[in-house]
Amino acid sequence: MDVEILSRIQFAFTVSFHYIYPPLSIGLGLLMVIMEGLYLRTKDPVYEKMTRFWTKIFALTFGIGVATGIVMEFEFGTNWATYSRYVGDVFGSALAAEGIFAFALESGFLGILLFGWNRVSPRVHFIATLGVFLGSMFSAVWIVVANSWQQTPAGFQIVGEGMQARAEITDFWAMVFNPSSMDRLMHVWVGAFLAGAFLVLSVHAYYILKGRYVELSKQAFKIALVAATVFSLSQLATGHKSADGVAVNQPAKLAALEGHFDSLAVADMYLFGWVDKEEQEVTGLKIPGGLSFLTHWDFDTPVRGLNSFPEDERPTALNAIFQFYHLMVAIGMILILLTVYASFQWWRGKLFDQKWLLWIFVFAVLLPQIANQVGWFSAEMGRQPWVVYGLLRTSDALSKVVTANQVLFSLIMFFFIYLILFALFIYLLTKKIQHGPYDEEMEDDRPQQREMAEIFK
Amino acid sequence: MSTFLGIDYPTWWFLVVGGLFSGYAILDGFDLGAGAWHLFFRKEQSRRIALNAVGPVWDGNEVWLVIGGGALFAGFPVVYATMFSAMYIPFMLFLAFLIFRAVSIEFRSKEPMKWWRQMWDVSYSVASIMLAFLLGVVLGNVLQGAAIGPDLEFQSSWLDFINPYAIMVGITTVALFMMHGAIYLLLKTEGRLFAKLTILLKRGIIFFILTFVITSFYTLIYIPHLSDDFKSHPELFFIPVLAFLSIANLPRLASKRKYRQAFLFSSLTVSLLLILVAIELYPVLILSTVDPANNITIYNAASSDKSLGIMLTIAAIGGPLVAIYTIFVYKTFAGKVKLDDTSY
Ligand code: HDD
Ligand code: HEM
Ligand code: HEM
Repeated sequence: MDVEILSRIQFAFTVSFHYIYPPLSIGLGLLMVIMEGLYLRTKDPVYEKMTRFWTKIFALTFGIGVATGIVMEFEFGTNWATYSRYVGDVFGSALAAEGIFAFALESGFLGILLFGWNRVSPRVHFIATLGVFLGSMFSAVWIVVANSWQQTPAGFQIVGEGMQARAEITDFWAMVFNPSSMDRLMHVWVGAFLAGAFLVLSVHAYYILKGRYVELSKQAFKIALVAATVFSLSQLATGHKSADGVAVNQPAKLAALEGHFDSLAVADMYLFGWVDKEEQEVTGLKIPGGLSFLTHWDFDTPVRGLNSFPEDERPTALNAIFQFYHLMVAIGMILILLTVYASFQWWRGKLFDQKWLLWIFVFAVLLPQIANQVGWFSAEMGRQPWVVYGLLRTSDALSKVVTANQVLFSLIMFFFIYLILFALFIYLLTKKIQHGPYDEEMEDDRPQQREMAEIFK
Repeated sequence: MSTFLGIDYPTWWFLVVGGLFSGYAILDGFDLGAGAWHLFFRKEQSRRIALNAVGPVWDGNEVWLVIGGGALFAGFPVVYATMFSAMYIPFMLFLAFLIFRAVSIEFRSKEPMKWWRQMWDVSYSVASIMLAFLLGVVLGNVLQGAAIGPDLEFQSSWLDFINPYAIMVGITTVALFMMHGAIYLLLKTEGRLFAKLTILLKRGIIFFILTFVITSFYTLIYIPHLSDDFKSHPELFFIPVLAFLSIANLPRLASKRKYRQAFLFSSLTVSLLLILVAIELYPVLILSTVDPANNITIYNAASSDKSLGIMLTIAAIGGPLVAIYTIFVYKTFAGKVKLDDTSY
């Protein structure tokens, strides 16, 4: 295999792994802010217990998120050196802002969030929780802005020629508010909130089913259900906005998402299907003219298809892109059905009576995770063959001095490290969940025990 | 070229990046150093205390690396691209150790089994030592220069990076961080562990001074170009002199048990040594051993003035904010470590 394909696999693998954790941190962050806010308002200790419990799980997801994030920052330089030279001038300010405004805020307050319970007042602790949450929201801002700039470049000029060419920033705000950044940011944020909310739903549904911590779990479940319902519905809107943007800015990607080949014709929308690249056709269940309708509010307006683009400017993995995209949308619909139905049962006062519904929630935690992953896959694979859309090709973006063997080495290394990491994550997560919100072993907390501990030091 | 206070933007950004890496070396230096000593502590309780001394702050310290790396990428993309791709394998190993270290801190105390804790203790300590070492190796190579071709790309084998000088700088870095880390732990501990650390610190100081002297002579004799700046600007000589004084002060403070001051001076030592490096390099960032015309300097590697201007503004707003909450966090966790239900 050559350097290009290996580097692409490595980047996709490491960033996908990273992206298991930040959405959980962002989403749990939001719920922790709500729970602790309720605690401050009501002084009901059940909310404190809840917050403390989720803080511990948060620590786990956050830790792994941090450890895996640095990998990608370095990979820009190690594997994508030409790309780094090309985009450094533009990207730089976004990444610098990320470091200063987001990561420093997050990790600074994290210490207080995790270790400060006995050291600062509840109010200060709440501020720390809020700081960590906002920090994680900001992390998403800058990195999504940077990525969106790659999708829809704006506010720059090209200087130099050939391999020396690079983008220089001309307008910071045009770069930040490039045509796709805000739509995608909303979509990514909401996707993260869903990931967090469904984790909370899953764990507490499990407790309720097992008859453990039932009162606390019912309250937590309701909080998370409100969030999940609101955000499932909003995800439809933000997703639609994104698709609208893609239609305008990246027509080749749009055509790939729906498997639309004809140069200019009315485009259908598929609920599911299979793309045959050779025959240029899709078999599946479709809404005739659906895509035309969604992009132009009219069933008869033609849409540009893949064949209207030069052969070497079309994404190649068409069926994969189609499947990933449709899986995301299908999951979006399922989440809406599920949460709206559960809210309806709540309104009828029967939320916790149906065991099967709770069981679905136990496993539904996987759905937003899968949707987040396949969403990025369709967005990023749909952008190919470009690294910077229309400007720099992926095959030109590599490090010239890196050999295939080196990349193979690091790829295998990351594979094994992440395997271990993932196993540990699942193991510790299960353990924390088994252990539950009440620290039965919290003898350490009793004053005389502490003194004992001091003496033995 | 735009200037501010008569200094051009690339130079300002050089100062920012330098400041960030110094901050990183001072802050992560002590927790890497503390990690390097970890296996010297035999008792479970001591290890937990040592771990919890860095517990609330190591992540915040590591962010300086993230920001420093980001700042290098942003301000000098050419250096970032050339250096990182040339040193592919060392950087990948660095990443692996970084992950193992983070994970070890996080997971060690989650299970009571002896083998579990022993395993993570070893992984934590080895990773801390190797990280310090690799940082030194990278620094050593930057000081020495590399085979940079006319397209500003590295044109030799990555095995070049493993050379005696780089290894020596690597060992010196480990020694420096160990000394620094021992002083930090002294501030955070009491009782038996404290007593043990006073002995360890003495050895640490000797280890450092030894390696430092060897490296200094090595540099003067084999890499003469590094002292050029001092020959042409003798007034800069006060920096190495200060560095020597600050190092010489350390054994004195240690024997007087003034650890708070000692910590200040070991931090000062770290930053003076890096200032020394900065002066030796400026304005070159990576010296080409092939042809001086291929040197990567802060000018041919820099982003546009427009971009640097934006980033300097961001840094000017963000810097004080970061400083405020860093101080706040350190204040909250000041004093000796007390284990409680939130500890590792
Ligand atoms: C700021 C930049 C940035 C951000 C925030 C992301 N990516 Fe990306 N991605 C890239 C920058 C990038 C890239 C460096 O530009 C790559 C490397 C090769 C390429 O073509 O684009 C890439 C490739 C790439 C590929 C391989 C596509 C292919 O080769 O066909 C996948 C599957 C992903 N990414 C997935 C993700 C996921 C799951 C992300 C969410 C965390 C993500 N990306 C965020
Ligand atoms: C290529 C893309 C990415 C790079 C280079 C990157 C880089 C990083 C780095 C260096 C860290 C560690 C910071 C620290 O030490 O505290 C980190 C953590 C984090 N990243 Fe990423 N990241 C990427 C993608 C994303 C995306 C798409 C999101 C959006 C949601 C995101 C959100 C976060 C968050 C919230 C954290 C804090 C740790 C956590 O909550 O898990 N990152 N990232
Ligand atoms: C409900 C229907 C949905 C629609 C119509 C939709 C639409 C889209 C579109 C068009 C893109 C590509 C944007 C681009 O390439 O610029 C996208 C990307 C993405 N989607 Fe969705 N989506 C939906 C549901 C979801 C759900 C439920 C999640 C997660 C919980 C999700 C997570 C993502 C992510 C993480 C991305 C990649 C980031 C981005 O490009 O914005 N989506 N979505």
